[in-house]
Amino acid sequence: MLFKDLRKGLAVTIGYLFRRPVTVQYPTEKLIPPERSRWRHYLGVFPEGKIRCIDCGLCERVCPPKVIKIIPEIREDGTKASGEYEIDLGRCMYCGFCVEVCPELAILMSSDNYEFSEYNRDRLIYQKEALLQSGSLSGGNDE
Amino acid sequence: MSIESREMLINMGPQHPSTHGVLRIILKLNGEKIAASEPDVGYLHRGFEKLAENMLYHQFIPYTDRLDYIASMNNNQSYVIAVEKLLGIEAPPRAQAIRVIMSELGRISSHLVWLATHALDIGAMTVFLYCFRERETIIDLFEETSGNRLNYNYSRIGGVAFDLPEGFKDNLRKFLDIFPEKLGEYHRLLTKNRIWMSRTKGVGILTREQAINWGVSGPVLRGSGVKWDIRKAFPYDGYENYDFDIPTDDACDVYGRYLVRMEEMRQSRRILQQALKHLPDGKVILEDSPYVSPSKEKIMTENFSLMKHMVLTIKGMHTPIATLYSATENPKGELGFYIVADGSGKPYKLKIRAPSFINISAMPTMLRGNYLADVIAVIGSLDFVFGESDR
Ligand code: SF4
Ligand code: SF4
Repeated sequence: MLFKDLRKGLAVTIGYLFRRPVTVQYPTEKLIPPERSRWRHYLGVFPEGKIRCIDCGLCERVCPPKVIKIIPEIREDGTKASGEYEIDLGRCMYCGFCVEVCPELAILMSSDNYEFSEYNRDRLIYQKEALLQSGSLSGGNDE
Repeated sequence: MSIESREMLINMGPQHPSTHGVLRIILKLNGEKIAASEPDVGYLHRGFEKLAENMLYHQFIPYTDRLDYIASMNNNQSYVIAVEKLLGIEAPPRAQAIRVIMSELGRISSHLVWLATHALDIGAMTVFLYCFRERETIIDLFEETSGNRLNYNYSRIGGVAFDLPEGFKDNLRKFLDIFPEKLGEYHRLLTKNRIWMSRTKGVGILTREQAINWGVSGPVLRGSGVKWDIRKAFPYDGYENYDFDIPTDDACDVYGRYLVRMEEMRQSRRILQQALKHLPDGKVILEDSPYVSPSKEKIMTENFSLMKHMVLTIKGMHTPIATLYSATENPKGELGFYIVADGSGKPYKLKIRAPSFINISAMPTMLRGNYLADVIAVIGSLDFVFGESDR
């Protein structure tokens, strides 16, 4: 009786014994995330190297956990320029709202740069210089 | 000589691996039998309802992801439908169909996690691995659509964030083609298995009257023989156009709830097939509505659109002054949002009716008179998630 049940279950599992495993062996093998993936942020620049951000502050306002900090630079003639820009990636919820609201395509999220874990939370607070590098795999602010 | 027996109090959880997170149950045992029990929830409380009062309506969407994190798509949908009802707008047909596709996929994926962990808790490890393999396919579909693997933030007030990506339909069709075979495999491993049946049949009885009196919802209610599904009773997002059945079971025990959920996966597949076949064309978000930000192209080229976008992002929309309750059928049960709107951009009060929380409250009734080892089976059959219960 019991053997009958056992055989029925084993018939399913034995069938799988000879198939290819579905596991991806992570650090040696890597999957390519889809285009829309929302990973590390970076700041957009114009081809000539000027930062696109105009310090309008929309991303700062929309960010639900309020992790973006912007301190605009006021020029002598009273106009605003891109000043300090900081994102605390340790508290970011990767919702993508900042990218969605930016009217200047100035803040973007990379689709493949997902390896930025750190041993220290402070190193996850990214300043402007780190955010300007899009491709590098680690870019936290060094103490 | 006589052996004296006394009642014993034991604590199960909050770090027990089979409590699906952080549930603590205080059990009063008489020998190995449960005389009384008291579930203790709240270890994962993050204050979402209070947070919602301090943010604009659209900012709360990613927080709903963190309610029932096994089925984030369904929570997104549920919340935006509540806000849409408040504003009196309706998403375009294509967006509604996409939301139906996403929520049914979410239902299958949530039920797969339930089956996996439920079987693992009772001792069937193979099922766990197989279910997670199929769930991975669904998560890949979600990932290519929304950009994230678990916290999708995909629905928007008035539609969805992006259109379906290229190749999505084919991938989904492929999944729907192989799924019945996989479902058959789970059935072969469990449904008629003697160990499975003796662990689940007649355990954790919740009669029809008790189920209604406790206010449980979802598969737990249907497992007690009540034919109730919000998708049929109060259709939303065009569910009235799909042809599907409500599975019920009169056994009222763990096994009955198991059969109901297994059948629900098949019904979800039916809905998905119909949705794929009749997917309408058109816009995926209500662009002309005063409550929805214009598209990026318009924002970057038209001054008026930029101003509208700025006002919506910074001050939020002007809602009517109203109170409203809106519920949808989530994989776990009836997820409802009660919104008190005072006309400003932020809700005055937002109450979340979490199905997990209410289903847990029926647990003492189910446990009384069962053995200690059955607690695990009952917990598995209730399928709760603490992100939602404790919110
Ligand atoms: S992704 Fe969301 S949480 Fe993260 S910085 Fe952007 S708006 Fe803030
Ligand atoms: S990143 Fe974009 S939204 Fe944020 S301040 Fe700069 S221009 Fe404005």
